[in-house]
Amino acid sequence: MSIMEIIGGALIIIGSAFLFLGALGIFRMPDIYNRLQAGTKATTLGGMSLILGVGFLEPSWMMKMIIIIIFIAYSNPISSHALARAMYKRKRYPLILSEDKENMDAYAEVNPHEKEEVKS
Amino acid sequence: MTIIIYIALSFMVLGFVLSAIRFVKGPTAGDRTVALDTITTIAVAAIILLAYIFQRFVYVDVALLYAVLGFIGVIVIARYLEGAL
Repeated sequence: MSIMEIIGGALIIIGSAFLFLGALGIFRMPDIYNRLQAGTKATTLGGMSLILGVGFLEPSWMMKMIIIIIFIAYSNPISSHALARAMYKRKRYPLILSEDKENMDAYAEVNPHEKEEVKS
Repeated sequence: MTIIIYIALSFMVLGFVLSAIRFVKGPTAGDRTVALDTITTIAVAAIILLAYIFQRFVYVDVALLYAVLGFIGVIVIARYLEGAL
């Protein structure tokens, strides 16, 4: 095994572990905002690491791997942000397990909560 | 190297199954869309790993196109849920 194969294999193991942890966060977390946090950030890191690992294993593919990495790095936060804003505007407020509910939701100053809960 | 690829594929299959359970079970439309986003990212990584296993460079283009289409789909669903579409 050459040094490139060792680096690539390590990156592939790290990436697949982070993909699994992101999916576990999707399954376990209680709230849609927590699910966005776990599912988007962990799978972004995992996907980028795994694709870079394949690029190390096959160095002639590296250019297109870098293109896919750049695309994942800007598309995942954009979709996460759009989903979070959409769910906030649909009045699915964050599940805050604290007494100080009013001050923890900082966006409520801009967009105040209405009293009735709307099912979606 | 073969055992490493088997471990990585089994991790990704487990993640795919967990996201699919959330996709079926999720209480609201937003939860299902988040699960769909995660499934898309896992599938892009899996397609690239399969391209390495079969030594076909064409599959990398398939992965890039799937990433683009999944991103556009999630954005469109989010805009629709927001009420702006």
